[in-house]
Order: sequence, then C-alpha cells, then structure tokens
Amino acid sequence: MVMFTLRRFLQLIPVFFGATLLVYFLVFATPGDPIAALSGGKPMAPAVEAALRAQYNLDQPFWVQYGLYLKNLVTLNLGQTFSGQAVSDVIGRAYPVTARLAVMALAFEAIFGVFFGVIAGLRKGKLFDSTVLVASLVVIAVPVFVLGFVLQLVVGVQLGWAKPTVSGAAPLNELVLPALVLGLVSLAYVIRLTRASVSENMSADYVRTATAKGLSRRRVVVVHILRNSLIPVVTFLGADLGSLMGGAIVTEGIFNVPGIGNLLYKAIQNGETPTVVAVVGILVIVFVVANLVVDLLYAWLDPRIRYV
Amino acid sequence: MRFSRTSKALGVAAVLAMSLTACGGTSGGGNSAGGGNTSKAITANSTEPQNGLLPANTNEVGGGRVMDLLFSGLVSYDAKGKIVNELAQSIETKDSQNYTIKIKSGETFSDGSPITAKNFVDAWNFGAAAKNTQLNSYFFESIKGYDKVSAEKSTLDTMEGLKVVDDTTFTVELAAPESDFPLRLGYTAFYPLPESAYKDTKAFGENPVGDGPYKLAADGWKHNVSVTLVPNEKYKGPRKAKNGGVTFKLYNSPDAAYTDVQSDNLDVLDQVPPSGLQNFKTDFKDRFVNQPYAGNATMTIPSYLPEFKGEAGMMRRQAISMSINRQQIIDKIFYGNKKPAVDFTSPVLDGYDANLPGSDVLKFNAAKAKELWAAADKISPWPAGKVFTITSNIDGAGNKEYITAMANQIATTLGIKAQLNPIATFKQMRDLVNKKALTGASRAGWQADYPSLYNFLGPLYGTGAGSNDGDYSSAAFDAKLKEGLSAKSVEEGNKIFNQSQEILLKDLPVVPLWYQAVQGVWSNNVNTVQFGWNGVPLYYEITAK
Amino acid sequence: MSEKLTPDTDLTKPVIPAARQGKKSSRVIEHFVAPLEDTPLAAIDNVDETAAPLSLWAEAWRNLRKQPLFLISALLIVVVLVVAFFPQWFASVDPTSCTLDNSAEGARAGHPMGFTLQGCDVYSRMIYGTRASLMVGVFTTIGVLIIGGIMGALAGFYGGWIDAILARLGDIFFALPLILGAIVMMQLPAFRDNRSVWTVVLVLVIFGWPQIARITRGAVIENRNADFVTAAKALGLSRFSALVRHVVPNSLAPIIVVASISLGTFIVAEATLSFLGIGLPDTIMSWGNDIANAQPQVRNNPAVLLWPAVALSITVLSFIMLGDALRDALDPKARKR
Repeated sequence: MVMFTLRRFLQLIPVFFGATLLVYFLVFATPGDPIAALSGGKPMAPAVEAALRAQYNLDQPFWVQYGLYLKNLVTLNLGQTFSGQAVSDVIGRAYPVTARLAVMALAFEAIFGVFFGVIAGLRKGKLFDSTVLVASLVVIAVPVFVLGFVLQLVVGVQLGWAKPTVSGAAPLNELVLPALVLGLVSLAYVIRLTRASVSENMSADYVRTATAKGLSRRRVVVVHILRNSLIPVVTFLGADLGSLMGGAIVTEGIFNVPGIGNLLYKAIQNGETPTVVAVVGILVIVFVVANLVVDLLYAWLDPRIRYV
Repeated sequence: MRFSRTSKALGVAAVLAMSLTACGGTSGGGNSAGGGNTSKAITANSTEPQNGLLPANTNEVGGGRVMDLLFSGLVSYDAKGKIVNELAQSIETKDSQNYTIKIKSGETFSDGSPITAKNFVDAWNFGAAAKNTQLNSYFFESIKGYDKVSAEKSTLDTMEGLKVVDDTTFTVELAAPESDFPLRLGYTAFYPLPESAYKDTKAFGENPVGDGPYKLAADGWKHNVSVTLVPNEKYKGPRKAKNGGVTFKLYNSPDAAYTDVQSDNLDVLDQVPPSGLQNFKTDFKDRFVNQPYAGNATMTIPSYLPEFKGEAGMMRRQAISMSINRQQIIDKIFYGNKKPAVDFTSPVLDGYDANLPGSDVLKFNAAKAKELWAAADKISPWPAGKVFTITSNIDGAGNKEYITAMANQIATTLGIKAQLNPIATFKQMRDLVNKKALTGASRAGWQADYPSLYNFLGPLYGTGAGSNDGDYSSAAFDAKLKEGLSAKSVEEGNKIFNQSQEILLKDLPVVPLWYQAVQGVWSNNVNTVQFGWNGVPLYYEITAK
Repeated sequence: MSEKLTPDTDLTKPVIPAARQGKKSSRVIEHFVAPLEDTPLAAIDNVDETAAPLSLWAEAWRNLRKQPLFLISALLIVVVLVVAFFPQWFASVDPTSCTLDNSAEGARAGHPMGFTLQGCDVYSRMIYGTRASLMVGVFTTIGVLIIGGIMGALAGFYGGWIDAILARLGDIFFALPLILGAIVMMQLPAFRDNRSVWTVVLVLVIFGWPQIARITRGAVIENRNADFVTAAKALGLSRFSALVRHVVPNSLAPIIVVASISLGTFIVAEATLSFLGIGLPDTIMSWGNDIANAQPQVRNNPAVLLWPAVALSITVLSFIMLGDALRDALDPKARKR
C-alpha cells in the first residue's frame, strides 16, 4: 500500500510536465494576439509593442518560451500576469474560494445523491423513483447558465433568501447557492449511479444472506448494500472533485465568485499563458491525488481489491 | 480604437466630469442633492484594472474610472463634456502649436508634496518614452520630440517639446498645429505624477499617490474583489467628494451586478445587461437613467475587400447602409434604448449636427438599396453564392443579437446571403482586424477619449491613422481634417470637421448604426445619480441616504 | 449439496462454530430444517444440459423485447430519429426566414409556439434543431464510450504500468480546460471555415472520454477479482477473453448509467459552448443554440427557452429509460426477480 502510494506520487512528475507542456502549447496555439488585446484595440506605439512582446517572451519560438517557463518554475516562479502581478499571488487568492465551493458542492452531491439514489433504488419503479427521474431530467436539460440565472433571480432577488452574488471574502453562507447550482447536474449522476448499483446489489447473495441472518432492513441497506454499491459513485465523485476544483466558469461568472474559474476564463481569453499553465498544473496534481484517494477507497469498500 | 469587449461596455477612457452644481455657477460645496449623508461610503460596479494604476498605462474602463477619481489633471470635463480648469490657471496659444500652461500654486498631492510644472513634464515624458512601455504613450504623439523617444530601442527620457519655465509654468511645442490639443488635457494619460512615483513604478501602480478628489484607502485594492477609495482632504478642485468614499466592487459580468443592485447589495450600476434591458424601467421605477454618451456603434466594411472597391464598392456600401432598419433593431433588440445614428460622431459633443447633407444614406430605404445594389452589380457582379459576413467577437453578451438581426435585414432587403461570423475572443478579433485579414464587414465602435468631434474622425478615417481598420484613404477628407485642426478656434474647427463628414457620408468607410446610450440604475441607499458625457456616473456627487 | 449431509447429522441440534467450541453458550437457538425427503432438491436444481446456452447478448435481447420500459423508450427514440431525418414532414415554416417584424411575438395560427427575439418560428426551429442536437449527443456518446471504454477497461483489468499510463493520460486530459481546447480546435484550419457538428463532437469526445474511462476502470477493478472471473480463467480462458467476455459485460451497469445521462449533458454542453461563443455557428440549428440565444429573454419570454429544453428532456428521458432497460436485461440477477 505504501509502495503503491509512493509510486503514484512518482507518476506525478511526468504527468505534471506532460500536462503543462500540452496546455502551454494549447494557449500558444490559440488564435489572436495577446498584446493587441492588451491595447484594447487602440493604437500602440510600435516600440512599446515590441518591448511588451519581449517582456513576456512572446517574440520567442514555442520551445524557447516553454523552456524559459520551466526555468522559472525550478525557482518556484510561476511567472507574471499581464498586469504585472505574480501568478502565485493571483492563484493563491482564488484557490481557497474555489476549494470551498468545490467541497460544498461535492458534499451536497454526495449526501443528497446517495440518499435519494438509495431510496430510488430500493423503490424502483415507484412514485419516488419516477419523481426523482423527472427532477433529474430538468437539471440535465436546462443548462447551468439558465438554471443559475433563474435561481439567482428567484432566490436571491425576489425571495431575498440569499445574497445574489458572492462578496470578496466568499463566506460559506454566500456560497450555498452557487454550490447548489454547481452540484445539481452531478447530483443527477450520483442519484442514477447509486440507484443502479443498489438495485443490482439487492439481489446479490450476500444481501440474501444478511437478510436471512435476521438483520434489520436498515442494517442490510446501510452496511451491506450501500457499502458494496459505492464503487461507481466514489469513482464519479473523485473525478467530479477534480472538475470542481478546476473552477466552474459559468457558475462563478453568474454569482461573481472570485475563484479559479473566472481567473482561468479571463486568462484563456487574454492568452495569459503563465496563469493558464499554473492553474492546469495544480489541477492535474489534484486529479492524481483524488484518483489515488479513490483507488484506496476501492480497497476499503471492497476487500477483494488489493494493491501491491 | 475603442472597441469594447461587449458592445455596451462603457468607455475605455473614463474621464470624469465636473460637478453639475459648479458648472451651473452655484456653490459646489455641501449637500446639494437633497441633503444626503456625506460621511457614508457608497459602492459601485467596476472591473479589475488591467494594469498598475499609472496614468499613462491605464487604457480601459476598470482602471480608468479609478484613476479619474485618484488624480486630477490640468482640466476636467463637466457633465456635458465642457472643459473646466482643475490645476490649470491658464492654457494659452497663438498658433495652435505652441502652448503656455500655467498651473495653480499651492496645490499638493495627497501625501502633501507640492504639485509643480515639473510633475507634469516628468510624467508626460515618462509616459511617452518607449523604454517605459506605457500603453497610452501614443497620446503624446503630437508633442515635438515624441518620434525620438518612442523609437524602438530608444533610451531617451525627454521630449524636446516640453520645457519647464518655473514652478508654475511650462511650455508645450507640438509637431504641427492642433486646435483641439487643450481638449485632450483632461484625459488620464495627462495626469501629473509625484516625484516618489519613479523610484518603483510597479509598487506605485499598486498603491498610487494622486491629487484627485479621492485617495486609495489603506490596502484599498483587493485584486479581483474591490477597490476602496476614501476622500482626499487635500483636494481643492471642483470635484469635491460628497460621500464618505467609493468602493468599487469588481464584477465579471453586468448580470451579476444587476441582481446586486436589485437587492440593494450594490449602490450604482452603470451598465444594464441585455437580460435587464426590457425590465430595468419597471425594476427600478424612478432609480434609473437612460441617456446618450459620447460613443457610437458602426460596421466597418474594409476597403481592401475586392467587392467593395471603386465605384461599385461605394454603391454597395450605401446599399447595405440603406438596407438596415436601425430603428427596428433598436426597438426590438435594445427595447428602444438607443438612437439611430445620422452622422459619424455623437450628439453629446459640441458642434454635433443632426442634419448633415447626405445623411439620408443612413436611413432605411429598401427600394433605393435594391436599386443601388443592382447598379453596382452592373459594374462588377456580386460573386454568385457569396455570403456577406459580419465578423464580431461574441465573448461578451449583446453583440450576437443585433448583428444577427442586421444580417437578416440585409439578406432580406438585398436578396443576398448575410450572416454573423462569430469570433470566440476579443484578442482573436483584434488580430484579424490588425492583420487586415477580414473577409467581410466587422463590428466596430468608438468611445471618445475626450469630447471632441475630431476624436471621432481623425484617428479613425485619416489616411494611415492608428485606428483606421478599414484602410480608408481620401485626400479630400485628409485635407479637411488638416484644415480643421489648424483653425483658430474649436468652434471654427468643428464647422470644417462637419464638412469633412459629408465626404464620409458618400464613401461610407464604416456604416454608422446608432449612438450609444448609458442605462444606469441605483439602489435605495443613494440619492439620484448623475451620469456624465462619457456615460460614467459622477461618483463624487453621489450622496448616501 | 445433499451428498455432503451424512444421514446421521442431527439437524435439529444447534451447530456450534469451531471458534466457540469449549465455551458455554447459555443461548439455545433452535433451527428448523425440513427433512430432506420433503424437498426434492434434484428436481429443482436439475439443469437441462441438452439445451445450448444462449449468449449473454442474445439472452439480453430476448429479455429486452418483452420489457415495456424498452418498448416505450425505443418508440420515443424512433420518433426523434424520424424528426431528425425528415424535419420537413413535421414543420412547414422555414426556420431560417426570420424578421424582426415578428420579434418575440406570441403563438398564433401556424406558429403554435410563437417567435424568437429574431422573429424565427420557435416550433420550426425546434423541429429542425433535432438533427444537430441528436448528432452531437449520440456521436459524442459513442465516441467517449469507445475511447473511454477501451482505455478504462484495459487500465482497470491489467493494472500495473498499463494502468499507470492510461489513467495518468486521463488525468492530463481531465485537467485541460474544455473551453481552451474548444477555442484552439475551432481555429484549426480544417475546422475554421466549415465549423460543423463534427467539430463539436470531436472537441467533446477529446475532453469527455476520461470520465467514462474512470467509471469503466472502477467497475472493472471491482469485477476483475470476482469469482466468475477466477472460474473463467480456471476453465482456461485467456485473460483478454476473460476481460471481454466476462468482466466487461458485468461492469456495464455504471457505464450505461453515465453514458445515458452524458448524452443529455453533451447536448447541453453544446449549448454552453454556444453561450460562450465557441459552439455551433448560427447557421446550424440546434436546441443548444436556441437555448443559449433565449437566455437573455428568460424573464420575459420563457417559452422560447422552454420548448427546445422540453425536446431535449424527452430525448434524454428516452435514452435514460433505454439505458435502464438494457441494464436490467444484462443483469441476470435482476432479471430473475
């Protein structure tokens, strides 16, 4: 197990370089001229333009640019934004907000998803099951930019239950609404996955055994069925945590959350390579670690799974 | 060129106007607007300033509106766009080329250091020198010696056209006569800088010391979150703060800000989003404003397109202009919140003329449009199956709707195919425009840097001008521009500039669409809010309830 | 089983587990087991060894066609397909002839669902939008199933360095922002001038496969040590055959669930791409495009947004039901009940 974990951390190194190289190339390949955008479309003195290009190494070929980036990275210098701030500062401010939002959304999905999923799975084809299905359909079919907008208008403005946007400090109570919106689509997945697993496992031998042993229905469901049904759910949630940590561009935009999603979107639009690369670099680490945790959870959920 | 990311984003150059009360000649002090609370701070929307807060490096809305409160220059503009002296005692010239500028004595920056002529000259030299890579450096291009300091790899620090005479006097020599030079001096790029700025300009940009009605609060700029300003007691000019400070909340979309004003979570919003255009008058009842500002929307049809060259091209451009029913688009897409354009400038400017000869070409006339198109086809036929495209970035909401509607109208009237060519990002759009790689028309627009007709004409349509995206070139037009610039007075110049517009109305290097208007709303926590000539609220005039 | 019971075993006495032997139990549990002669086990457990066993898929099909859930969903999908292929049978109004004269008008004769902001017929656009939306949903789902399924199955089953490479590759693709990828891809010379459904499908597949790969990998890991796999291997099946013939079919449940929902989210993802300006061009009608365009008017004219969303919901619903039916049919245990 320790070796397994260690090896996984070693794999981080090639993954990190692979991801940063790829994303560096993608930003490099995005059409458009970041310096022209910097001028806001106004004329710019040619000398100023040339100097700015040189300052951000934009006059260099791709490999030189990436090499220079790596060179800085060794000294833990993540580069600068076009506004001259250190990328590490910018990300350091945004990440805690997104992390809080992600954890809240994930908790929401996990708790409600598993709860509704188990009930729907136990009462397959009954009214509750159908109601949950229809509700999930609404969530799936209406895009986040509509759902978020409507919820913000109704809950935030008309009912006044919550502030419609998130303020700078991003306290937990203000993040409830965006976390809800963010978690809704994934909630549909978690419910359906749990439901499928539960209904499949209900006919498993060990469940019959447990019931035959005279265990209470609650104990059978919670200890036996649920634990054995969680593998696909945990897999999904692990992947989803990564996506959530990547920041939700649309949701953060709607609720004006000063998080990674907004930062990333602006950086992509402006062609601000160091910011995009740093965000993706961190993200890939989050993914690998989340995946590791998921794999370790497999072994805990199902003792037949062993890692050497 | 002042393209904005969204068609309705406000002016890149935010220039503050002077208080209305002072402009009306009454006393400017105290609580003029119904006795509000002068110690309470207000909140307003903005976007994260793109660069450090240096005058010559601030070229967009987010930074501009902060700069204009933190600094004051020689002059400022009142709500109508008229020039009012701030630090200037007098600005004199005999030949529109050599200016003598006297500044008021005894004025200080917020840190107490005195403001002298040297502060202006040094700041302008700093802004112009290529080695300082200031984005606004081209604003100094009229000054003699700019060509040398702005040359690539130049190490020069100073322009020969700027000379300090004494503590309160300096002279400016321009490379050529320009009658509207004094009009520009209220723009952000022309603010003075204290001596302390040059030691570490980066640190100064994060925490600037200015001479405007406000100063930055301690730790006032929280990146991507807010910028907090408090009144500057040392400020003696006409824009004295009437509230306890302004906190700019930084938003990524006006939609979010709109819901915040609705729930009194934000005090002033200067940009109603497309989703609110239909409702803001009922959502806010007596707490909104809808007024024109110095900006317009146009469509550039580049002269390098083969189909739009020569006589046939001119007729085609006229036909396209006449096939657009501007009023209908304004009514249906903008819910009546704009006015159709009848010239190339803006109605809020001095010298604006709504009845220029030839402006009929900007009115919807399907029959005439078809006729002209057919006539053009006789000279050189429109390629079979060719689609007339209108390129626009659509990463900000609002562009897509009107361009689609416009394309539909052109297609219906002229019987050709027309459609929007969507571009994902603003930088990509600029790249296409700069590289002259457009294959059709493109969305364009202009927001004034300073209130002058020339600002809407010279930089856009002069041969080889910086923002002449369509490569328009007309000797007759250039001659008129030059004549206007060397006129003795601004009024005389404006007459000549309007004559130059008659040439443009024939050639239509761009198709003017409508004048921009600002839709602003405010919360229950503040008294009535005034908006200036450039669509920016007069923040210092706002009083809290 | 019965052979193991020796006649002299006293079934009425409590059986004391080995671990407990020597300890005195005060509890006496009575077990009642029916005498053997009352339950003719041979009759129940008798297997008809002469009948050829049906393959998993054949059996699933036999089971499937009897399920009402399957029949309903199949019918719905056929309807959607017909609409997609022959929109002109269902709508007579040209969906591209739009005029501001009709902007945001309500329903009237010949235009049952009213008009969009641009004055296009909502009903007609909904019908004509079916094809592109369905193509995006179906082909993206097929694409991610093929790539993600293969990658995930191999990674989960073989483990070791294969897993390390494939799973980490998935992590890299997962971490790349879809928007960035989409902006770059849309600008490739091959796509720039003829942006089509396929461009969107390609983008969504490239950035969507890791999810299915993850789910497949998880399910395969869960099943690779199951008894039936050991049994199959003991019978001499190669590892690869064991994977294809036994592990994968038994791992399908979560994959089907995720795929059937993803079909809907891919159609919506196209809407989000359109919303951000990098989706289908306006000339290609799709539900996503219409939903994105209707967003600013959702307060005043929600019907314009509602109808394409309803069409989308029905399509997703039919695929979810199909997935459910298929899953039940493939699971022999669920089938028995």
